[in-house]
Amino acid sequence: MVQPDQVKDAIRLVMPDAHVEVEDLTGGGDHLQVKVVSTAFAGLSKVKQHQLVYGALRSELASEAIHALALTTTSPAT
Amino acid sequence: MDPNTRQRIETLVASSPVVVFMKGNKLMPQCGFSNNVCQILNALAVPFETFDVLSDPEVRQGIKEFSDWPTIPQVYVQGQFMGGSDILIEMYNSGELLEKITIALA
Repeated sequence: MVQPDQVKDAIRLVMPDAHVEVEDLTGGGDHLQVKVVSTAFAGLSKVKQHQLVYGALRSELASEAIHALALTTTSPAT
Repeated sequence: MDPNTRQRIETLVASSPVVVFMKGNKLMPQCGFSNNVCQILNALAVPFETFDVLSDPEVRQGIKEFSDWPTIPQVYVQGQFMGGSDILIEMYNSGELLEKITIALA
């Protein structure tokens, strides 16, 4: 399991401007719903956008500290 | 990933216009995210093949390196990686998925 702040910090290391919302879907700390808004996503395909976030959380996913991650990525509204 | 596993994955990805690497199979998905993807493809009424990664630890690990994508399910259309459950849902809602698959099946 991970704390929501750990997830936010890890994502902001890669995307400093990111607005991150973390919801714990089960209360167990390992099934997470994460929404990320960042200018880093501009012009990228959805696959590349998600890969950016997955990359930021690589160790947490590999260790299964995060078992399931529902992900929504968007660029900030202009 | 050893070359054998890579070769097997390349063959699987190319085996059908729409291929899903999932946990379980169409009739008995073993994971909610894998189930989502099957339900979407069933709703579009398009043919698709599945591979159960739970039956093969080498493919289960290898497919993550193959696509640089850490989670299962993974959906390929005409050999191109489309994404996982979240992206499939978005593409389904926008109509983009049906468009891509229709082209792939043409």
